[in-house]
Amino acid sequence: MIKLLVLIPALAGASAFFIARDPLRRLLLVSAAIVHAALSVSTWIVSPAPALSGWLAEDALGRLFLTLTSLLFLASSFYAVAYLRGERGQQHADFEEGFLFSNAREASFTGCLLLFLAAMTLVTLSQHLGLLWVAVEATTLASAPLIYFHRHHRSLEATWKYLLICSVGIALALLGVFFLAVAASSPGTVTPSLVLRDVLFAAPHLNPLWLKAAFLLMLVGYGTKMGLAPFHTWLPDAHSEAPSVASALLSGALLNCAFLGILRMHQVCLASGLADFSERLLLVLGLLSMAVAAIFITGQVDYKRMLAYSSVEHMGILAVGVGLGGAGLFGAMLHVVNHSLTKAMLFMVAGNLLAVYRTKISKDVSGALRVLPVSGLLWILGLLAITGSPPFGPFLSELAILKAALDQGRAFVAIAYLVFLAIILAGMATPALAMAQGNPRDGIVIPAGRGFAFSAVPAILGGAILLMGIYVPPVLSRTLLEAAALLGHS
Amino acid sequence: MNQLANAILVSLLLTGFLLLASSRLASCIRTVAVQGILLGLLAIAAQDGKPSVVGVLLPFTSATVKGFLLPWLLNRAMRDADTVREVEPIISYNLSVIAGAVALAVSLWLGQRLPLPNQPASLLLVPTAFFTCLVGFILLVTRRKAITQVLGYLTLENGVYAFGAAVALDMPVLVELGILLDVFVGVFVMGIAIFHISRQFDHIDTDRLVSLSDRVR
Amino acid sequence: MLMAMALAPFIQGVINRTKAVAAGRVGQPLLQPYHDLLKLLRKGAVYSETTTWIFRAGPVVSLASMISAATLLPFGSLPALAPFAGDLVMLAYLLALARFFTVLAALDTGSSFEAMGASREVTFSAFAEPALFLGLAALARQTGSISLTPLFAAISSSTWMRAAPALGLIIGALSIVFLAENARIPVDDPTTHLELTMIHEVMVLDHGGPDLAMIQYAAALKIWLLGVVIVAIAIPWHSGNSLVDGGAAIAGMLALAVITGLVESSMARLRLLRVTQLLIGAIVLSGLALAVAQR
Repeated sequence: MIKLLVLIPALAGASAFFIARDPLRRLLLVSAAIVHAALSVSTWIVSPAPALSGWLAEDALGRLFLTLTSLLFLASSFYAVAYLRGERGQQHADFEEGFLFSNAREASFTGCLLLFLAAMTLVTLSQHLGLLWVAVEATTLASAPLIYFHRHHRSLEATWKYLLICSVGIALALLGVFFLAVAASSPGTVTPSLVLRDVLFAAPHLNPLWLKAAFLLMLVGYGTKMGLAPFHTWLPDAHSEAPSVASALLSGALLNCAFLGILRMHQVCLASGLADFSERLLLVLGLLSMAVAAIFITGQVDYKRMLAYSSVEHMGILAVGVGLGGAGLFGAMLHVVNHSLTKAMLFMVAGNLLAVYRTKISKDVSGALRVLPVSGLLWILGLLAITGSPPFGPFLSELAILKAALDQGRAFVAIAYLVFLAIILAGMATPALAMAQGNPRDGIVIPAGRGFAFSAVPAILGGAILLMGIYVPPVLSRTLLEAAALLGHS
Repeated sequence: MNQLANAILVSLLLTGFLLLASSRLASCIRTVAVQGILLGLLAIAAQDGKPSVVGVLLPFTSATVKGFLLPWLLNRAMRDADTVREVEPIISYNLSVIAGAVALAVSLWLGQRLPLPNQPASLLLVPTAFFTCLVGFILLVTRRKAITQVLGYLTLENGVYAFGAAVALDMPVLVELGILLDVFVGVFVMGIAIFHISRQFDHIDTDRLVSLSDRVR
Repeated sequence: MLMAMALAPFIQGVINRTKAVAAGRVGQPLLQPYHDLLKLLRKGAVYSETTTWIFRAGPVVSLASMISAATLLPFGSLPALAPFAGDLVMLAYLLALARFFTVLAALDTGSSFEAMGASREVTFSAFAEPALFLGLAALARQTGSISLTPLFAAISSSTWMRAAPALGLIIGALSIVFLAENARIPVDDPTTHLELTMIHEVMVLDHGGPDLAMIQYAAALKIWLLGVVIVAIAIPWHSGNSLVDGGAAIAGMLALAVITGLVESSMARLRLLRVTQLLIGAIVLSGLALAVAQR
């Protein structure tokens, strides 16, 4: 069954390249997404058996990340179908510079989307650290063509940066995997197994020097993919140039999968007594990411870049949560869910705004509440959610992390955390509110026949975030606690 | 065996310096190809005389891919990009070679600080791997053209692979093949991207790809 | 040492003959350099009025240092005339002393051609000397002795078995230094007539008669000195019989001369920018040899 979770999107993706008729292909996309989501949800009821002699198995962390990815992909697939229907046509005019460009073949977009899902699924299900690496690199390669959907020079530049920076980072992570193997080997033995369970079992005997070096390299490598500062430089460019549905998936699902890589290594460090080391590094990078995001969000003119830097900030919050340990772990796991849902919704709404207002500059957008009522409302609510206001989900998770910091007596961390959050709130609120309120400038018309999915999908996500802020379902809460326990929460 | 490993390692070090000093793109690509083949030999030599079918087949496959397939891809990308066949670095060649010498010193120091638990066949193994990684980084940072950046990435991957071969890591076949496949597909995608860049921009100077930035109005 | 003094011009003759044969000519007789030296000794010298005692001292000092260096080098299995610990540093410094005085003499003439040659020479030797030093240091580290005579005696076929990469790198580096120090193509063309392209030749442009004889003889000795170092590493033959070893060493020198001639005939002189890169490459090779020696 586990293998189906990976094989279905992989096969669907491969066949999407060969299907000539657009409606059939879109149907394939949506049905593959539905089947995948159904399978992932079913793993909550019936735990699937491990496959490939323990290489593929689902633990609590895997279940959480897999279901999140799967549901987000399902939502995005509906949005994507509506988007692709609207993107038909030979040439489009660029909003910023006015030149004409064409899009990539829809078949390659759809195919890469499905392959992307397959690779991310493999990341969440992989228990062998080498296979995990292969899957993360595969996500890079599958998502690069998604960024280059609009074929013009800016998106090409963004794609090149993404491809190169992430590949270099992930190569460092591979060196980290090798270092881990060295740490686990002792004189005269065969190469140790890199299956997580075996590594955790052998954890007390791991060579600390090599283990620390391995964690450092994996943090740098997967941190590049995750968007931790100072390795985040590809993030704003990629998110501002990719189509919104791709941005939603990148921010909502891919960053989490990269985070999972770091979490697996953190588990190993925990089991071998080096938790202080890894937690300290995570805290430092987390606070640094929040600081960088705060600096670059204030005065940001492009609203999609603003959302990208917000992703950097939230990845920083996740790192801080795990770095604090204890109750912060539960907060971090909850925040993974909240952030993914919120960011995906925000990017979809941003896509709607972009399509109607035809500009990425925040100052030039106004009166969204009047022109696109649903999207405008969701924009404001999403802004409130992402900056941590009640009654939305992220408030609870960010509060949990703050509480953990205060409980541990880490005054500096707590103060820095609050200061950065405040700066980001101020930096995002002004342009975002200005975009929603006021009167639209002349000449803004809603293109006829815009699909229902454009507003329906973000609205559903928004409802989910509101729900998460009021009531966390016990089954989810149980899984979050299980995941936190894996990471050391007692 | 020790001698063979030593000879291969010294040749790897020389290829690293050659990469830093070469001014022609074609010779850079050829040097990276030679590196790939040397790595395959190193993997076979580091197995300490216990040859198995898998143990020989895997390095042979990787040597073929890295020595022939990837350079063919890169040469095609270079030809399609229709660019001047020179490297055009940001710092001079002499400075690059001196940077390489510094990198060698750093790798030797690191090799001392990180002793392998299993006594390696040659004391040069770990420093050579680190040196190749550092050369990859130097190439990535100091070269303008997109193709040389891909070569830097390949050198970095070669260094990582050299480390794996050095400690005679017996990675499962699936993982090894997965890594190889990833590198191959990665270079393939990068080649396509370079082709698009040359068509879009009429050059492949990544130094000049600066239209995306955080403008503060 | 007597071997050195007697045979050095012969080696030069072999090189020239090889170049000629490679070019399809018959070429000079092998003993031509000796005839040239005798001819020059019989001539008178003309000294410009702008020169001082340095101009007259230059050739004398360079010849004297070459002969002193020859006393340090063993040949075959014959020990050196006056070995002592650390004499490989002395060897390098004697070569440097000769070069220093040649440069001074060139600057002394006040001619801009010679000054240009002097500046080029000094630039290149700034890179060639570290290569030489590092190569000798790597040799010393590999064999564990810092005097030339025991060092050469210690290089045997077992050393090659143990440390082939290091010795190979040293030979590579020292060959480049050999070509650079002796003004061979690809660093400098000894047969060019154009002063703007000369490096060594132009520095001695104004010397004549016995001075020129001393300079040419010193140049031949330098070829011999650096050649002996390379041959001693390349041919690890110690049979104990001094005649056989001497014969092997002479054969090695002749082979080196022929190879040099062939290299010179098959390459063009490098652009001056490229020469620095080549010499830095030599430094890298000998640095690597030092790092790899006895590891």
